[in-house]
Amino acid sequence: MTQETPQWRPRLKDIANQEELFTSGQRLCAGCPAGSMARMAMHALPRPKNTIVSQATGCLEVASTIYPYTAWRVPWMHSLFENAPANASGIEAAYKARKRQGLEDDIPDLLVFSGDGSGFDIGVQAASGAIERRHNFLYIIYDNHAYQNTGIQRSGATPKYAWTTTSEVGKKEPGKLLWKKPIALVYAAHDPAYCATASVYHWRDFMKKVRKGMEVEGPAVIHVLSPCHRNWRYPEEQGMQMAKLAVETCFHPLWEYEGETRKYILSAPSRVFALKPEKKKPVEEWLELQGRFRHLFRPKRRDDLIADFQRLTDEDWAFIQKLSNMG
Amino acid sequence: MPKKLPGSKDIPPAGVTWKPATEYRTGDWRSKRPIRDEEKCTRCLTCWIFCPDAAISWDGQDIHFDLNYCKGCGICAEECPVNCIEMEDE
Ligand SMILES: Cc1ncc(C[n+]2csc(CCOP(=O)(O)OP(=O)(O)O)c2C)c(N)n1
Ligand code: SF4
Ligand code: SF4
Ligand code: SF4
Ligand SMILES: [Mg+2]
Repeated sequence: MTQETPQWRPRLKDIANQEELFTSGQRLCAGCPAGSMARMAMHALPRPKNTIVSQATGCLEVASTIYPYTAWRVPWMHSLFENAPANASGIEAAYKARKRQGLEDDIPDLLVFSGDGSGFDIGVQAASGAIERRHNFLYIIYDNHAYQNTGIQRSGATPKYAWTTTSEVGKKEPGKLLWKKPIALVYAAHDPAYCATASVYHWRDFMKKVRKGMEVEGPAVIHVLSPCHRNWRYPEEQGMQMAKLAVETCFHPLWEYEGETRKYILSAPSRVFALKPEKKKPVEEWLELQGRFRHLFRPKRRDDLIADFQRLTDEDWAFIQKLSNMG
Repeated sequence: MPKKLPGSKDIPPAGVTWKPATEYRTGDWRSKRPIRDEEKCTRCLTCWIFCPDAAISWDGQDIHFDLNYCKGCGICAEECPVNCIEMEDE
């Protein structure tokens, strides 16, 4: 992943000829961006026929492998919510051992998918260990801001003031009381070979990052924002627009961490807002489109809470700009 | 005599899911269908990349909607840069 390597650029007319490795017939909700996210990732694989997917429990897993059906056209393994990266470690170790014994001549590429419930909370230990042991895999965390599959429970990824079924809105509490974990920074601090944030709307940026994460030797992590209309409460055709606005408000800045240079780099879709801060949109524009934040606007507008959300967003944005020498 | 239900010995080990999901038609979830203006369409494939359900295919010349699987979400219509897809009630 040195600067000299020509960067792969996905061209739609080429990749649209490729086989779908995450197929139709999956049972995610209509309009669930996690389906688009999985398709984009699979279309960005450098060695699609030599890739194994390990998956944590969550919407993407449950909806894609309802017995006896599977939407995956690659070898795919699910066991538990907490151990998808550990599974990948084991698969790699097994292939290495078999190669030593002369039983294999190739070690397949390994891709791990998990939701935020797993990637932010329940699976962190397994992920942290697999990165420390320098296994060669890409860990994609698709973040829809809650434990959606079990009925919208708040997670470490749920933003402050968001309604979920375990961060209720009422007289005493205005939704979740805590901010979300800066999870990509937590994984970047492990000094993996590669780490990045992405959004499902910015497909070209995301696919390039998937390709990098798969090609680099050693552990790689991508935290990709993937909205959920069942929780966020927006019309189902708006999923991509929700991801777009999250980037335009700098609530979800896009960046990369390169292990080789130990540098943080702002990605093009976010760099524009560092160079031209006047283009950055107020986070309120994103909040008010979502029913999970309705109580910030109705029945009474809560300027205090909106300002607090804006302050937290700005602080995080300033921090990543500083890390990438843009602030 | 009622037919004997499959037992644990009849299920593949580790609960392997072996049938292609494409045998399951999600098209009947749909309450709206995408209708494209073929004249206006620039074949840019934006709809193709965003469709969560891989219900749009590309044959090298043109795109096709597969209504066996399209769930009618309207993302393609929303994201089409030239607004040439209308969602029509079923
Ligand atoms: C240890 C454990 N606790 C709880 C569950 C039940 N469970 C299954 S999926 C899920 C939510 C997954 O949330 P997330 O990872 O964010 O994925 P999403 O469903 O939001 O896509 C939960 C709590 C489980 N399978 N294992
Ligand atoms: S609940 Fe949300 S994340 Fe899960 S399938 Fe439905 S839209 Fe997607
Ligand atoms: S996004 Fe619109 S213009 Fe582009 S291929 Fe699809 S229908 Fe045609
Ligand atoms: S309506 Fe939704 S499922 Fe149907 S083709 Fe368009 S994006 Fe795909
Ligand atoms: Mg989730």
